[in-house]
Amino acid sequence: MSEGLIILGATSKIAQEVGRVAARHGREVLLVARSMERAEAIAGDLRVRGASKVTVIAADLGEVLLAYGSLGDQERADHDIDYTLRELNTNFTSAVSLLSHAAEQFEGRKKGVLAVITSVAGDRARRSNYVYGTAKGALTLFAQGLRARLFTSGVRVLTIKPGPVDTPMTAHMKKGLLMATPQAVAAAIYREMEDGTADVIYVPGYWWLIMAIIKAIPEGVAKKLKF
Amino acid sequence: MNSGNHEDPAQDTSYRSWGNYPRAAHKKVLRPSWMDEITSATLKENAPLLAYGLGRSYGDSCLNDGGTLMDCRGLERILEFDVETGRIVCEAGVSLGEILLVAVPRGWFLPVTPGTKIVTLAGAIANDVHGKNHHVEGTIGCHVERFELVRSTGEAVICSRTENPELFAATVGGMGLTGIIPWAELRLKKIESSLIEMDTVAFNSFEDFTRLSSDEEGARYEYTVGWVDCLSGRKTRGIFMRGNHATTGGLHTHPEKIKLNVPFNLPGFTLNPLTIRAFNTLYYAMGKAKGGHSQVPYDPFFYPLDKVDNWNRIYGEGGFTQYQCVVPETEVAAFQEILERIAHGGQGSFLGVIKKFGSVPSPGMMSFPRPGLTLALDFPFRGEKTLRLFSELDEVVAAAKGALYPAKDPRMSPRMFRLSYPRLEEFRKYVDPALSSSFWRRVAEVGR
Repeated sequence: MSEGLIILGATSKIAQEVGRVAARHGREVLLVARSMERAEAIAGDLRVRGASKVTVIAADLGEVLLAYGSLGDQERADHDIDYTLRELNTNFTSAVSLLSHAAEQFEGRKKGVLAVITSVAGDRARRSNYVYGTAKGALTLFAQGLRARLFTSGVRVLTIKPGPVDTPMTAHMKKGLLMATPQAVAAAIYREMEDGTADVIYVPGYWWLIMAIIKAIPEGVAKKLKF
Repeated sequence: MNSGNHEDPAQDTSYRSWGNYPRAAHKKVLRPSWMDEITSATLKENAPLLAYGLGRSYGDSCLNDGGTLMDCRGLERILEFDVETGRIVCEAGVSLGEILLVAVPRGWFLPVTPGTKIVTLAGAIANDVHGKNHHVEGTIGCHVERFELVRSTGEAVICSRTENPELFAATVGGMGLTGIIPWAELRLKKIESSLIEMDTVAFNSFEDFTRLSSDEEGARYEYTVGWVDCLSGRKTRGIFMRGNHATTGGLHTHPEKIKLNVPFNLPGFTLNPLTIRAFNTLYYAMGKAKGGHSQVPYDPFFYPLDKVDNWNRIYGEGGFTQYQCVVPETEVAAFQEILERIAHGGQGSFLGVIKKFGSVPSPGMMSFPRPGLTLALDFPFRGEKTLRLFSELDEVVAAAKGALYPAKDPRMSPRMFRLSYPRLEEFRKYVDPALSSSFWRRVAEVGR
């Protein structure tokens, strides 16, 4: 594929690793991030690793990977409403804004891939992170709607639901057997974006089964669970 | 800092040194992912602080018991690489192995490399590491062009041989105590092939070893190192390995995945003098059988132990340690006495590595390498028994005007440290007041 790959939220760990895979394929990469300084550090790294060209300003888009998010602090969100709204804004509203802009462009060009990283946490709200889950669940729904809209224009919307990944976002969590490496998740994401046809993927794939079971728990039981 | 660091009320005991001895509990661990997170304020607020890389220092020079650790592995981007000149600029936490992955295919190699590539660039600078080509290229510090240094006492400064040269000299080999390095620039070495033309020669006496490492012989080989069996009684026997970069064979990188792993600490009794003796004999026989010339990839030549992830765990929960000293070449007798005392002590040693350092001056005021003979021996840590043997060895090293290597040390006395590093008092002036380590408090701050 000769078109550029644009990464929105390029400084997320997963996005960086996807960028490295793309760089090894000699791809042209366009990075969008809030911090120019940090994006420049990543740009240097991707150039060294073989990216044919790296830019940190807007350019012609072929694909979009929306990768940012904030896990937040549920205990604080329990009582701090402003904080809750800010977290929803980071994880959902701002993503809707970016995706809407990209959708406009892609719809006109009648091609492209919009890949959105949501989370397994969006499949069912849990006591321990339901504000995060709410935002990611809403983002999953939004992507679903966008898919139905853009389908007729030949634009693909891919929803990616990672389980817990060993990144700075989860540095405080216990590293269990289900914790995936960013490299493995990145490889799965890149493969699916380039060669796949799926609408929704879980990474690693076994999270589909886990979440199917978790979603099947009756509400009367689920509300009593501490997880 | 906004990403990743957390403040548990409980102390963090998960950061270890390579020898698993001693242990440390850190009251806080910072995990910066970006260079801009390293500021003077961060240093001040988190004093006493120490940067941690890949934890390949054996003793306590990479630990900061009761203080803060800054895990710098999140700084793992290669910022620039000029394939024409071989200059590479990396964030502090990039490992030497990661540099090889991008450099080798373009015909560049590390100018100096230690026996493992699983060390960070900043860690290599902080210990001014050496390798098998010390007699030709000196230490890694000789090839560091410049780096940034963030200190708690002011803003960030660039250090090189011409800019802030005193801070440069204090930081190279400065054990991470002079400031935090967010990035550094290294000059790589041109290669035509990723293969090494290797010779192995068995030696049966110390004289043999001396002849093999003579200047005339050394001039023909960029890389030389001896492996010595310390348990073979009074006779010194071993294998001498020497090599040069090949000129044909292509430019191929090492495998990225490590296939073998020691998943947990083995029971402490796995290694005893008997198993060590058996290993030594086998190794010696193997070396003899394979003697002669061969062409090998750089990975097994430089990094034989990197093939097994966490190989340090074979030493069990008790941990292990290394004794590495250097003595002037004129003190050969002291060298032989050390080998004899070890054989007599019956504690065994897994690997005895012996190398003649050359005369290229080390750029750091606290650098370990200096002209002479260096010996590095691994020991399972057996408490008092090990400490007693090491104290005996210290006396021999001190009498010979030798020195010990902080990166390998969990136990040297303040006196040995002073004797090993004559520029210690000068170095103190450059130590950042917000930085410290378990090692530094143990050897340099006692009674002050």
